[in-house]
Amino acid sequence: MKLVTAIVKPFKLEEVKEALRSLGVQGMTVSEVKGFGRQRGHTEVYRGTEYTVDFVPKARIEVLADDADADRVVEAIVAAARTDKIGDGKVWTVPVAEVVRIRTGERGHDAI
Amino acid sequence: MVDSGDTAWVLASAALVLFMTPGLAFFYGGMVRSKNVLAMLAQNFVCMGLVSVLWVLFAFSLAFGPDLGGGLIGDLGLAGLTDLSRSGFVLPGYDGLTVAPLAFAAFQLMFAVITPALITGAVADRLRFPAWLAFVGAWVVLVYAPVAHWVFSPNGWLFELGALDFAGGAVVHVNAGIAALALVLVVGRRRGWPGEAMAPHALPLTLLGTGILWFGWFGFNAGSALAANGVAAEAFVNTNTAAAAAMLGWLAAERAQGGKATTLGAASGAVAGLVAITPCAGFVSPLASLAIGAVAGVVCFLAIRLKFRLGYDDALDVVAVHLVGGIMGSLMLGVFARDGGLVGGDGAALLGKQFVAVGATLAWSFVVSYLLARVLDATIGLRVDADEEAEGLDLGEHAETAYAGAFGSMGELGPTGRSNP
Repeated sequence: MKLVTAIVKPFKLEEVKEALRSLGVQGMTVSEVKGFGRQRGHTEVYRGTEYTVDFVPKARIEVLADDADADRVVEAIVAAARTDKIGDGKVWTVPVAEVVRIRTGERGHDAI
Repeated sequence: MVDSGDTAWVLASAALVLFMTPGLAFFYGGMVRSKNVLAMLAQNFVCMGLVSVLWVLFAFSLAFGPDLGGGLIGDLGLAGLTDLSRSGFVLPGYDGLTVAPLAFAAFQLMFAVITPALITGAVADRLRFPAWLAFVGAWVVLVYAPVAHWVFSPNGWLFELGALDFAGGAVVHVNAGIAALALVLVVGRRRGWPGEAMAPHALPLTLLGTGILWFGWFGFNAGSALAANGVAAEAFVNTNTAAAAAMLGWLAAERAQGGKATTLGAASGAVAGLVAITPCAGFVSPLASLAIGAVAGVVCFLAIRLKFRLGYDDALDVVAVHLVGGIMGSLMLGVFARDGGLVGGDGAALLGKQFVAVGATLAWSFVVSYLLARVLDATIGLRVDADEEAEGLDLGEHAETAYAGAFGSMGELGPTGRSNP
């Protein structure tokens, strides 16, 4: 099993969700996060004083997938989230040792 | 002779002016960081509590009671406001007043409430709440009441001199602005200023507060006619006109500096115009108020730089908006007043009197406010400690937070097990 984590532009979240749904993904977890990569931040101005804002808002998506599905999940996210402009984000996968569905106690593949 | 229409308008105006203090609270509250927003709201709201009590007990009498001598302050003859409801009562100096005396006292109370509240913006993010209460209580008695007596009461020395202040350019804005500077000099800079970013946390609140201020200012200025008549109507139109012109002026200045037109700039400009027109509202033409507003919008925008040049941390620019705007308005009245102004060909006599009124207010308010702040700092302490300043005043001073996060409702009853008995 794999955990796929993606950081994407917030306005791309809807498209990524739809892409994963049409792939048959059953569930996902999203959160509002902030950070910076090569895009860096932006400048805000209040009463003439400039503030450099380093951390820009992003959406983080977490999806659990079987080993066989993980690559397709990654590709779907990349395709849906890409704008070809700086700041599109990143996707990575890590191996997962165990998954338990809390309601039923099912484990592993059945819990995904 | 009490007129029902005039009394109705002044009562309505009193309510409008009261509403300005919550408006000011949100104007300021949106500009501070989220950890300090409740402390800012509390410092403003408590003025409605504390000043109202002092006003009824004796502060109204100090400001508008029988003159104690020399036009400096009233005596305690009207303490408790009991006499004001007696039939046939005439307020000292106000022989022709057509408003019920208690309506006048209520209207003037609302000015005494918002004037110290204006100061809170300058010392945002670092003042102990008990120290603020002590400062406000003493300040209303030692600074506001005498200055109001000098300028507003027909027995006051500046009134008798012939200085004009329609609704409080000197009494409210110069007075609060210079007191704010004095308090800032004693309290000191916020830790991290000016290097650290301290951006506003909720500009929508600031814009909402601006709208409330603008709305309430119709009571402030047009109500100061103390009658429902043509002067009130002119003050109403001038108030709106100056706010509008100043908003555009501030935005134009931002653009001329190479920046964008900002929402905070629109709000700040409108308030600067409202401040500047306050002393002038019933004494100038609508076209003059256009000029007064436009000048105030640009000059107050430029005055923001003063704090960086001189190194005082006026957190929300009370000096730039209220002190500078109030001085400009009071002096421009000497230029634009229909009767006695320079442009009407009446010479500089009025302008000279305006200088005297502004200078006297500056001197008294600065010296007394500074000494008061020093005394309070040395005794009870004005400022929160470094840890609390970092953590935020909402928690430190009030044991509350403004915004519940996703897990905000997961608390339990406190370690003392105390709940409402």
